[in-house]
Amino acid sequence: MNETKAATGTMHPHTGMTTRHDAWWLAPLMVATGFTLFIVYATYRAFENNFYEIGAIISPFYSPKIVLDWFPFSPALLILWMPAGFRATCYYYRKAYYRAYFLTPPACGVKVYGNKGYTGERAFPFVLQNLHRYFFYLAVLVLTILWYDAFKALIEPKFHLDLVTVIMFINCFLLSGYTFGCHAYRHLAGGGLNCFSENESTKQRFKIWEFVTKLNEHHMGWAWCSLFSVGFTDFYIRQVCANVFPNPTFF
Amino acid sequence: MTNYETHEHDVLVVGAGGAGLRAAIEASAQGMNVGLVCKSLLGKAHTVMAEGGVAAALGNVDPEDNWEVHFQDTMNGGKMMNNWRMAQLHAQEAPDRVRELQEWGAVFDRTNKGQILQRAFGGHKYKRLCHVGDRTGLEMIRTLQDQGVHRGFAVYMECAITKLIKDGDKVSGAFGYYREDGRYVLFKAKAIVLATGGVGKAFTVTSNSWEYTADGQGLAYDAGADLIDMEFVQFHPTGMVWPPGVRGILVTEGVRGEGGILRNKDGYRFMRDYLPESTKDQFSADDAESERWVNAAIAGVKTNDKRPPELSTRDNVARAIYTEVKEGRGSPHGGVFLDISYQDAARVRKKLPSMYHQFKDLADVDITAGPMEVGPTMHYIMGGIRVDADSQMSRVPGLFAAGECSGGMHGANRLGGNSLSDLIVFGRLAGVGAADYVKKLGGAPAVPQDQVDAAIAEMEEPFRRGADSNAKNPYDVQKKLNQIMSTYVGIFRNKEDLETGIQKLQELKEDVKNVATKGSKTYNPGWHMCRDLKNMLIASEAIARSALSREESRGAHSRTDFEQLSPELGKYNTAISKDGEGMKLEKTPCPVMPEDLKKLFAKKETTHNG
Amino acid sequence: MAEANLKVFRGEKDSGTFENYKVPIEEGMVVLDAIHYIQQNIDPTIAVRWNCKAAKCGSCSAEVNGRPQLLCKSRMDKFEPGEEITVQPIKTFPHVKDLVSDVSWNYEVNKKIVPFTPKPGHNWVVYQEDIERVQEFRKCIECFLCQNVCHVLRDHDRKDGFYGPRFMVRLAGLEMHPVDSANRLKMVKEDAGVGFCNITKCCTEVCPEDIHITDNAIIPLKERVVDEFYDPIAKFFKSVFKAK
Repeated sequence: MNETKAATGTMHPHTGMTTRHDAWWLAPLMVATGFTLFIVYATYRAFENNFYEIGAIISPFYSPKIVLDWFPFSPALLILWMPAGFRATCYYYRKAYYRAYFLTPPACGVKVYGNKGYTGERAFPFVLQNLHRYFFYLAVLVLTILWYDAFKALIEPKFHLDLVTVIMFINCFLLSGYTFGCHAYRHLAGGGLNCFSENESTKQRFKIWEFVTKLNEHHMGWAWCSLFSVGFTDFYIRQVCANVFPNPTFF
Repeated sequence: MTNYETHEHDVLVVGAGGAGLRAAIEASAQGMNVGLVCKSLLGKAHTVMAEGGVAAALGNVDPEDNWEVHFQDTMNGGKMMNNWRMAQLHAQEAPDRVRELQEWGAVFDRTNKGQILQRAFGGHKYKRLCHVGDRTGLEMIRTLQDQGVHRGFAVYMECAITKLIKDGDKVSGAFGYYREDGRYVLFKAKAIVLATGGVGKAFTVTSNSWEYTADGQGLAYDAGADLIDMEFVQFHPTGMVWPPGVRGILVTEGVRGEGGILRNKDGYRFMRDYLPESTKDQFSADDAESERWVNAAIAGVKTNDKRPPELSTRDNVARAIYTEVKEGRGSPHGGVFLDISYQDAARVRKKLPSMYHQFKDLADVDITAGPMEVGPTMHYIMGGIRVDADSQMSRVPGLFAAGECSGGMHGANRLGGNSLSDLIVFGRLAGVGAADYVKKLGGAPAVPQDQVDAAIAEMEEPFRRGADSNAKNPYDVQKKLNQIMSTYVGIFRNKEDLETGIQKLQELKEDVKNVATKGSKTYNPGWHMCRDLKNMLIASEAIARSALSREESRGAHSRTDFEQLSPELGKYNTAISKDGEGMKLEKTPCPVMPEDLKKLFAKKETTHNG
Repeated sequence: MAEANLKVFRGEKDSGTFENYKVPIEEGMVVLDAIHYIQQNIDPTIAVRWNCKAAKCGSCSAEVNGRPQLLCKSRMDKFEPGEEITVQPIKTFPHVKDLVSDVSWNYEVNKKIVPFTPKPGHNWVVYQEDIERVQEFRKCIECFLCQNVCHVLRDHDRKDGFYGPRFMVRLAGLEMHPVDSANRLKMVKEDAGVGFCNITKCCTEVCPEDIHITDNAIIPLKERVVDEFYDPIAKFFKSVFKAK
């Protein structure tokens, strides 16, 4: 038996940030990288104001296309704040960016970065996270339009299926799985009830709640897949508009 | 002079498992100033390990059930050694106590009609065990704990009692120490309720945790109470046998209640061969009938099919498994196979979640995919402090006992599920009894200083002996004690073994006098063990002597030299008490059941123990 | 026989050192077995809090290689052969000795919670689907690993403002109980401080009972608090419907 290390610290015998041996920094690093790449790309595209529409096809970043005389900037800016707000206040994304960007904490059992004056979600700005359910309503609105866009791409000018349409449908599917697995919706659908069996209406809401719960269990997966798919859909449409990628027709 | 802190209470409850908490709640509700002492943190007591359920004749699943049937099952399971009055009170009051738990927030599994769901268990004629998956004990202790914290009684956590103080013949206080920092504490109390649980740590393979060191039995014995039926030690048939670190940990009877099948290494379903003639008609005739019974139970429908043979009483199943292993038909690690994997995996995970995790995490076995290896493990002691059935008071005025540390309720063998109901029924009665006693008592009895000083001196001893050349390591002594008890006072006993065991226990007493420790008093487990050994040794000797004196096989007590059940010996309890420095054994007549209750039992005198 | 290298924190009230021990490995061994080996064969004074040794009582919480977990569930075969295994007490609560911390704060918090208050005259017909959510929360074994890992208590030391995940679970179990009639949402928001939680989910990661603390307890409580305090529109509609 030999003494190896003297303990320090006023509160407890823990030295440094953590005594974890594993690569705890890997997950937050990957998350931060993924988010940053997406944000950079999305910002660039939002301001590009070009290559987003070809025939009946429209990029999800720009749909619905609202052109206002008094608004000189890209029309994407009128739309993107809604899904962006939905994701920014999403319970999963909150976890991910509080860890990856704010380092509160970077990983479990690892010391937070700066511990003065932490107020969590009790005070401005993060108290605004409580608006999540309003963004959910807006996200449903945008999602409806994206489904409309996908069907429109399918039937205009005549019923046909091309690669972009397939991508748009996959994107809508993934976005729906993400949107309807939302924690706020889970609460609104039935989670707020204390007794599911009370009457017919609560029994119906229980069924919806059960379904939402199933989606919600994989909310993280839906969040990343739909984030990727919405970016990829826009990217592919941009490249088709710019004549870089082909858009083969299946029938 | 060593310092100690002092607290005063009307009622001091020692032990914060189900019985202790229930007693404290009740005494508090009766207007008493209550203190509750527990050796570990609140809510960690061994009650959390109870899995299968709490037996109460609610009749939610089998409407034919009522207290009289429960009473008969309990008495038959206990081979009529039970204190009939306790068994009666237990069967009558258990349903109310369970409903009370529900009103305090316990969330039991439900039937399709929204009532408390009940499952089958060994020895219970009807489906009677109210449960929450396989973590009923946790639900119960948390409910009582949450109810308790709002009653405002004082809780002394991680505090162990080492001596009861008496004023003349009356109990007047208790002395102990805090495990956390070793400081001493004196409780002045008008009444004391012991609810300290069992004696498992005297055995090598046990389902009990470190806390089960016979504290209540030892304290009461020293204070002049008598211990009855100590020979009746229950070996639970199914404990884990592998890996070594978890050997003995309980595998709930609920596995068999849900349809688990026992097989030996040849895949043979052996349990039917071990059913006693007298109960054979209560079990299925063949595997097909067992299967129909299980399917009906899963579907929640009534059936006329009889239950599988695995649901025989615990003493039978334990002996069957022991015999299979001994005769060379055991599993690789010295057990037998218990299989529930033929059922739907999702259902098994739902009904037996903690078993699933226990095997997955601790043994790398997926119980939904293959069988578990199980073997008998020391689980429960039916005997204990003799108490008055209605008030739970021992023969020492002011000293009460409830739960496992008291004796009489379960006779020669306890039925599964009767323990949790025992805790809440008699916990409450002890609370009432203690409160009544205090109300009649008048002034507080005196706490003689010499007894306190002696208690302090006793605790200081192991440190003083630290430098002695013949100082013993308390863990070594415990290991020796375990070996003696497991070798000579195990499932099957005979005169020669028991005499050897008693002889070796006498020798061990010398070692116990020389156990020593070092270091500081702050959280010093070695020091704590020094004190615990004394109680364990008292209980062990009581078990061995009682077992030697009972020259018959009855319930959990199996003598290879006296295989028959003796109707004559069934009329007496074995009672152990302190006589100077020695141990006195008496045979005292069992309380006689009144005629109206006797009528419930068919005339069926048998000499076969099963 | 193979040996494990344990590096165990030894000392009282924060001052102490890590000491190295060599412990022979048996099949199926857990870290608690190793500590017991030390207790029985090397130093009987080493302090560890434990009880059931079957992951049911939640006593033996500690940090193994920096990860909060139950010692009785930390299997030795999960480590690389020869890997140094660091065992420390849980950090968030005051240190007592060796691997034992003083968790009594949690018991004080528990006292503040409004207890179960059944609706008067309820007939106790309660269906399984109505209590399944609550039963998940009732699995809690009070190991306080979630309290230990929660950065609000661990790093920010806001025990004055936040009850911690364990008691969010208890509050959720009471609030969602179909027979309970008390309203604890003001407490959830203010005294219990649900807003301090930034749902970074470490509590869920360490829970030995696999309770989905964040998704099933804390977030639903946050949403209920939104209903009550941050959603004027829903509140307006509710009051209109109620008025009818």
